[in-house]
Amino acid sequence: MSLSRREFIGIGGAAVAGMALAPGLRLVELAQARSPDEAVTSLQRWGLLVDIGKCHDCDACVTACHEENGVTGHGRPATDPQWIRKVTLKDKQSGYVQTLPVMCQHCEEPPCVDVCPTGASFKRADGIVLVDKHICIGCRYCMMACPYKARSFVHEDTTDQKPQVPRGKGTVESCTLCVHRVDVGKIPACVKACNKDGNKAMVFGDLKDPNSDIRKQLAAGVSTQLRPDLNLNTGVRYRGI
Amino acid sequence: MIRKRKSCLAIVVALLTVVGFASSAPASEAKKPERIGPTVKIHRGEKCVEDTEFMRRNHMKVILHQRDETMHQGIRTTKHSLKNCVDCHADPKTNSVLDQEGFCSSCHEFASVKIDCFSCHTDKRDKNAVAVAPFKGVAKRVQP
Amino acid sequence: MAQAHFDTIEGRSLGFYALLGILGAFLLAAGLAALYMEHNGHWVTGMSNQIVWGTPHVFAVFLIVAASGALNVASIASVFGRQLYKPLARLSGLLAIALLTGGLIVLVLDLGRPDRLIEAMTYYNFKSIFAWNIFLYIGFFAVVAVYLWMMMERRMNDYTRPAGIFAFLWRLTLTTGTGSIFGFLVARDAYDTAVLAPMFIIMSFSYGLAIFMVVLLAAMRWSGRELGDVVFGRLRNLLGVFVAAVLYFVTVYHLTNLYITQRHGIEGFILLHGGQFTQMFWIGQIILGSVIPLVILFSRLGQSRAMVMLASLLVILGGVAQMYVTIIGGQAYPMPLVPGKEASSSFFDGVVASYAPSLPEAILGIGGIALALAMVVVALKILPFLPNSLADADADPHYKAT
Repeated sequence: MSLSRREFIGIGGAAVAGMALAPGLRLVELAQARSPDEAVTSLQRWGLLVDIGKCHDCDACVTACHEENGVTGHGRPATDPQWIRKVTLKDKQSGYVQTLPVMCQHCEEPPCVDVCPTGASFKRADGIVLVDKHICIGCRYCMMACPYKARSFVHEDTTDQKPQVPRGKGTVESCTLCVHRVDVGKIPACVKACNKDGNKAMVFGDLKDPNSDIRKQLAAGVSTQLRPDLNLNTGVRYRGI
Repeated sequence: MIRKRKSCLAIVVALLTVVGFASSAPASEAKKPERIGPTVKIHRGEKCVEDTEFMRRNHMKVILHQRDETMHQGIRTTKHSLKNCVDCHADPKTNSVLDQEGFCSSCHEFASVKIDCFSCHTDKRDKNAVAVAPFKGVAKRVQP
Repeated sequence: MAQAHFDTIEGRSLGFYALLGILGAFLLAAGLAALYMEHNGHWVTGMSNQIVWGTPHVFAVFLIVAASGALNVASIASVFGRQLYKPLARLSGLLAIALLTGGLIVLVLDLGRPDRLIEAMTYYNFKSIFAWNIFLYIGFFAVVAVYLWMMMERRMNDYTRPAGIFAFLWRLTLTTGTGSIFGFLVARDAYDTAVLAPMFIIMSFSYGLAIFMVVLLAAMRWSGRELGDVVFGRLRNLLGVFVAAVLYFVTVYHLTNLYITQRHGIEGFILLHGGQFTQMFWIGQIILGSVIPLVILFSRLGQSRAMVMLASLLVILGGVAQMYVTIIGGQAYPMPLVPGKEASSSFFDGVVASYAPSLPEAILGIGGIALALAMVVVALKILPFLPNSLADADADPHYKAT
């Protein structure tokens, strides 16, 4: 008798769980390889660092994100969703032009979570801000509250969604930091694309892990949040604005 | 959650009605009328992730439980995931659990219970998913 | 003064059924509009990812604000003990319930997933002002219903005052909650200010009374009941005071923003170069909705019932305009991403969002008003809400026959 995939995964999962005698210890050892049956914890906080000095006229991150998450438009810019977008900044005094990707900033104190009446807009223990579409009633209050215009309302019927990324008419959606990839130890699609096809301007990692690449880079130089005046302590940081 | 409870109740009522029909039929085997019930095609696998009887009555609770764990705690075990349901139960021709004789839709239409899953989740099998059992293609009737 | 007497309206005339028929036609159209938007998704409306709340919200928030204001007439009678307003209290309570129903229905039908209303009732995030409001709105129905019962059931009349005080406090809280929906939004320059909460309360006084006067004047006239000059004059002056008070709050709101450099952008947009929003502000909200009504109400023109009716209608129109400027204008102006830098993108960063109300949206919003009015019309026929007479001899506690 051959093992089915399910049985194999089941046995594997049980074996991993069996080995996890000290979950805290194991987390330190395998910071990014949480077993599938283990809940996320606040021992980690996922974040992004975008170096605008390296970010140029390229939209690899945008294309990759929308491909990964099955975000498609209908040729109607005002109502089509955008999970990540390239924003051009022009200094009002000097005219200096920069470009940067803007997506959900995964705030520590997210205004969208505060205002959501049902709790559909929520922050996971590891800092990822998500919409629980099962209980989202489509009131769009979170979109009113978000200072970054990070969220889109699904204005039309959706078809051919990606199996890991459900999206549907009448609910609000935004960047999930590719939670389905992060949960299995991968990095977000935008970061992957930026490193591969782009200008290597994005770093993803655990902001709470002192040995993580992102933490070291943040410690080594200046960085800022968007709208720092709001004091939201965003998980996405920028360098070079 | 009230809606889920309602759908659960609706199924139980539907099943009880069918049982009522069956038991009130004359004892003679020859005259027994054709049983009422949806055609549910099982295409793959020897058995479901749980006992069939259990799943028939409790699949919605199982999925609901998994839904909240995955959504809020990032628990991504596949055993009870909706994706796993779809990957296994999708019709090999249409790749879908909906459609005319789809695994989900045929029974839900019979019981007149609205499915809300597929307004957001895809009803199609993940093309990259590994087949868990050889194709059998046997059409079964729900045994009430 | 004689004890106030109430009676149902006869409700058999051609006019009665014609009125119901017209309102019914609006309701049917609104239902179809909601179905159409629901079926196709919101892309068929004027709303977008930039203007997330549109015309339905303009009407819904207007009605909800007006609902709490409509209860004021009853509060003046029960809480502040003014005998003159006592015969008006029942209609005031009825209007409050009807207007809130109309507003909430519009709000709910505009949701992306109205079929999931049950989620809003079963999952709560208590930091959300919306979640508080769900309790405040539902509670308002219960509180006003009990209040009406105390007023209309002779044996319970002794409890009218405590019920009235409770309802008054509840409605103040409710409007604070409605104003705070916007007041607590840190992200947008047009909102994020505590003044919106008291401003919404004073707006509710004005809108609520204007609607009350329109309904009262029409109902008394169409049912052939007398409305004396004393009651009429008192309500007219009160409306004038409320309209002036709203104008004062609007001035303070804009002066504050004009002083804060960071907010010069939004002020310039609303007051000077915001296109439809600037026009809506100056023509709709200020001239039609405030200045002309004030002139009518405080001049000799106010002697005429028709002119006061016109003034009330203009206050209502101005109220809708004010909501339009506040809700849609506030969203249309772009949010700053990085101070000192102009932002641009394919997602409309840094540009004024365009918005034009679509027909279904507008019909849905107007349907909310139609529902509220239809409820009042039917209720007047079923239960004795309307006083038999508001003639000076019957209504004025200080009336002296001359």
